[in-house]
Amino acid sequence: MLRDAQKDKPSILPLWRPAVLLLALGGLAAGLVVRAFDLQVLDKQFLLDQGQQRHLRVVEIPAHRGVISDRNGEPLAISSPVDSVWADPSRLVTALDRVPELAKLLELDARVLARRIQERSDKEFLYLKRHVTPELAARVMDLQLPGVSLQREYRRFYPAGEVAAHVVGFTNIDDHGQEGVELAYDDWLRGEPGAKRVIKDRLGRVIEDVESIRAPQPGRPLTLSIDRRLQYLAYRELKAAVQEQGARGGSLVLLDAATGEVLAMVNQPAYNPNNRTEINPQSLRNRAVTDVYEPGSTVKPFTVVAALESGRYRPDSMIDTGPGFMTVGRFTIKDTRPLGRIDLTTLLQKSSNVASARIGLDLPPEAVWGLLARVGFGQATGAGFPGEAVGALPPKPPRYESERAALSYGYGVSATPLQLAHAYTVLAADGVRRPISFLAVSEPPPGEQVLDPQIVRRVRAMMETVVSDGGTAPTARVHGYRVAGKTGTVRKAGRGGYVDSAYVSFFAGMAPASKPRLVMVVMIDEPHADSYYAGRVSAPVFARVMAGALRLLNVAPDDLPASGALVAANGGLR
Amino acid sequence: MVNGALLLAVLGSALGVVYVQHQSRRLFVESQELQREADRLGVEWNMLQLEQAAWASHGRIERLARERLDMRIPSRDDVVILRQ
Repeated sequence: MLRDAQKDKPSILPLWRPAVLLLALGGLAAGLVVRAFDLQVLDKQFLLDQGQQRHLRVVEIPAHRGVISDRNGEPLAISSPVDSVWADPSRLVTALDRVPELAKLLELDARVLARRIQERSDKEFLYLKRHVTPELAARVMDLQLPGVSLQREYRRFYPAGEVAAHVVGFTNIDDHGQEGVELAYDDWLRGEPGAKRVIKDRLGRVIEDVESIRAPQPGRPLTLSIDRRLQYLAYRELKAAVQEQGARGGSLVLLDAATGEVLAMVNQPAYNPNNRTEINPQSLRNRAVTDVYEPGSTVKPFTVVAALESGRYRPDSMIDTGPGFMTVGRFTIKDTRPLGRIDLTTLLQKSSNVASARIGLDLPPEAVWGLLARVGFGQATGAGFPGEAVGALPPKPPRYESERAALSYGYGVSATPLQLAHAYTVLAADGVRRPISFLAVSEPPPGEQVLDPQIVRRVRAMMETVVSDGGTAPTARVHGYRVAGKTGTVRKAGRGGYVDSAYVSFFAGMAPASKPRLVMVVMIDEPHADSYYAGRVSAPVFARVMAGALRLLNVAPDDLPASGALVAANGGLR
Repeated sequence: MVNGALLLAVLGSALGVVYVQHQSRRLFVESQELQREADRLGVEWNMLQLEQAAWASHGRIERLARERLDMRIPSRDDVVILRQ
């Protein structure tokens, strides 16, 4: 049979062929095994890393900034999450035809945007628009453009706007404080961003959170000493006065006499911190703490305190002001009109420069100077406000008679409105000097008794005559309350000496005078020339704000006709 | 015998690690979701606060009180002060 015949024939295939085949296949298989071992075991970490690099990412978790609120918890600055739209230009450049859609949504110029994308097509990051609303951000993402992503950021909103702008300040787009409290307490307010690991897809979208690396630390809240109601009241009245007077600017500082807290601080011109595109740099300045002025007649109460302290004067001591002027060296010191022989009360009531100068020259050189130093002139108030000026008091008691005379009625020394208010707080607190605070304090900080309380009370009583009918500022009166204060109309020092037509009008005072709760300084810079006297410019502002503040704070009136339990009085604003 | 027990323990702890790892991821994802929810609520709360601040701004209240409600600050004769 054929089959049998074949079976019997020896195989014509050489024996080595299956062996070679087996070897070759075996070799290949072994090679695969070796390579697999190499990849899976020896090089495992490398491949794992490479794989993870392609989809695992560490992203930042933004932390919001602390809320700034007023003493009653009303918000003054709030951070709200917003989205910033960014793109990877190297990917977005592949979809240039759709850029106009994007530009339209973001309100950007389509051609400019397209050019920027092309210019940076070798880069991987480009902000398209920062701080857009979450709704707009969602619509941008709906376009599904390659390489376009969102980044969560926080934007600061200032509900009080212009009213508290100078105190609160503002942050820049990167959430760092730039001015005011935002700058002074930046470290406290700022949050620490956290980090987490996420899995991202090919388009760079986060598809899964993997683990937390660092939890974000939100910024801490801050409670200011400001009272928003008083702040608004002060803002409204100061703005109205500055506009009515055609003045260059103005400041108003309202302090709590017992604690040294700043209850209100406003300046004109102001700005809106929510819309900073058109801010005039001039209006950024918090004049009440950065600008120094010679305080002029507002230091006369301190001259009188020095006189009483020396023991050489008593409240009824008479001072001869002669013809209403006197010459010291090359200078002539004048009163507005001759006052003849006057006592210390009349000195304050009529604001006599001549009598003040006579006291200054009669006392030892360091008397008035030392007193001004004790109540804080030439020193920081302790408020720690950014850009705070410390004013200038000569480092040593003045030697020349003209300087000593000038110092006693407020020239040759300079101070910010806040410093002046600080000094008046010493008068209001029976001679105790406390640091100024922009933060709410739970109890009065420890103070230092720098003046004799009995003398201070006596001088305060003298200062009440300033608002009487014969005084320089009857317009500062507040019905129902006793007011103690002092006017100051100061010539501005310009280039080459004092400027004839430029004045600063001050009114510094306190109420209720029997036990002062509030201290206020009103400063109007260059009011209209024909009514620059403080009694007509700054005193009415003082009266209106003080009346409203006493009413809002429920301070009991101390100047009512005594008629039993029920008494009628004005609590009015105007 | 000891080896067997150790082997079981190793296996058990290995499974435990896997399980805990899984749990930690699951919980982290959940916490992130809750975080997002908190964020969303935070945004809303901030918006409401800002809105409230806008409606309750002193200028607006004063204007409404004067114009719409015809209110005014009581004159000195209208105020009665009670003293204890």
